[in-house]
Amino acid sequence: MSHENRIPMTHVWEHEDTSRIPFWAYTDEDIHKQELERLFYRNHWCYVGLEAEIPQPGDFKRTVIGERSVIMVRHEDNSIYVVENVCAHRGMRFCREKHGNTKSFTCPYHQWNYDLEGNLQGVPFRRGVKQEGKAKGGMPKDFKTSDHGLTKLLVAERGGVVFASFDHDIESLEDFLGPTMLSYFDRMFNGRKLTLLGYNKQRIPGNWKLMQENIKDPYHPGLLHTWFVTFGLWRADNRSELKMDQHFRHAAMISTRGSGGKDTQTTNVSSFKESMQLNDPSFLDVEVEPWWDGPTAVMMTLFPSVILQQQVNSVSTRHIQPNGHGSFDFVWTHFGYEDDTPEMTERRLRQANLFGPAGFVSADDGEVIEFSQQGFEQKPFHRSLAELGGKEIEDTDHMVSETLIRGMYAYWRKVMGV
Amino acid sequence: MKTENYLRLTQFYQNYATVVDQANWSAWLDMFTDDCIYKVQARENYDRNLPMAALSLTSKGMLQDRIYGITETIFHDPYHQLHMVSSPLILSESDTGIIESQANYTVLRTKNDGIAEVFNVGRYLDRIRITQDSIKLESRLCIFDNEMILNSLIYPI
Ligand code: FES
Ligand SMILES: [Fe+2]
Repeated sequence: MSHENRIPMTHVWEHEDTSRIPFWAYTDEDIHKQELERLFYRNHWCYVGLEAEIPQPGDFKRTVIGERSVIMVRHEDNSIYVVENVCAHRGMRFCREKHGNTKSFTCPYHQWNYDLEGNLQGVPFRRGVKQEGKAKGGMPKDFKTSDHGLTKLLVAERGGVVFASFDHDIESLEDFLGPTMLSYFDRMFNGRKLTLLGYNKQRIPGNWKLMQENIKDPYHPGLLHTWFVTFGLWRADNRSELKMDQHFRHAAMISTRGSGGKDTQTTNVSSFKESMQLNDPSFLDVEVEPWWDGPTAVMMTLFPSVILQQQVNSVSTRHIQPNGHGSFDFVWTHFGYEDDTPEMTERRLRQANLFGPAGFVSADDGEVIEFSQQGFEQKPFHRSLAELGGKEIEDTDHMVSETLIRGMYAYWRKVMGV
Repeated sequence: MKTENYLRLTQFYQNYATVVDQANWSAWLDMFTDDCIYKVQARENYDRNLPMAALSLTSKGMLQDRIYGITETIFHDPYHQLHMVSSPLILSESDTGIIESQANYTVLRTKNDGIAEVFNVGRYLDRIRITQDSIKLESRLCIFDNEMILNSLIYPI
């Protein structure tokens, strides 16, 4: 192979199925731009936040969909609007606060003012100035404020979670999720009001899809995460299922905690630490909650923008916010439920030590994603292998399979046309 | 505050920086009381009264488990830390030997093959118990300004 043709000029998926994934899928800036268009800005509901983040009329939160800055705001009539944070006049990203309360949005540059739905309300000097009895300057007569609002997004909410779409020709959120994912979604967001516990934010120097893959990869947790293995929170011998929607884009990994400790499955797992004892066992003071209805962990990947986490008593949303092909911000919003006792709130906070950028478990995930990206960048003509459990794409009743990753790339290929 | 106590306090702050820079974890643990609190929390959460923290350890046992985690269980890129800690600002001092104080910090991170980068900046908000022969942290909150943690935060700061 000559050196030149090691760098692919056009993107051809050479393998017959998705048990091989070309590294160019992670390293190419054009592919990334296409992904933003086709996955984040068209045809997919993207996560924007929780209703609990904006409880009062006029409350707003600035966030992003893909790489576009948007504002989620609660109207006086309590409905939620999402508008793009780009002024209709000269394009300034006008909203600088991360959250707040307001009656309207004003762009500081020339004071164009918008209502909370994004309609342009007023323009300074629209009629110009009066000098010597004559009006001078100002907007032309045919200028209509109604033509110059902010970009308005379609909004869907369910169970206190808010999604938005730039694309107004989109199926319902329920159809987008499909019946299987919807049932797990409703399990976690069953109508109780959510309470906001706070945020964890990390910048991970890797392609955003690696985070989706990480939570579609039940192979690694029982190996990489010593904590999980040793305390039986997530290991290969736990009772578990892998499920997908009909397009294979979303998935749920469902697991029920075993007893932990040593047995035949763990003795050859090097990360299993038999002698490990917690000095303070309250990290793992788990209380079974009625809404679990069995599983102790359900990790949902909703493609492309969010991961919904239940790991025993720790519940959170994890928002994927790409910035370029080789980096993304990962924003964790931890929450509880309105009927939580103070003890349950404490428990959720303590268990949160396992997750996030400093977590006993999740810190490893950010690290392996960074080093995967390094491998891809140095060898962009190569490919990764996802063949565990065969080459098929199917739901399973065990977790020794990479079927969810194969499923995601089957869908990705279809949308990306490669 | 007695001058002597201020000197001891200043020495304590600088010693803390040295201990974590040297990854001397047993000495780090010794700087806390048994019923201690140690948190690393984003300023955004702190300012908005949201309880979530990147790390929230509420007993000495938890601090010990964290040390076990960073030395034995968490896979991560090796790195060195370098702390620059300002002199402490005394907020209050009680007759019973409890000092509330704060200091600004900058943590630089240097990875293998790498160049030092600003990893975390913020302030320590402390409750310190000072007696004739010992000085220990009852509570240390590290409130950091960074909007994003640079991938992961492994070692105590
Ligand atoms: S750019 Fe916003 S008012 Fe001019
Ligand atoms: Fe993981």
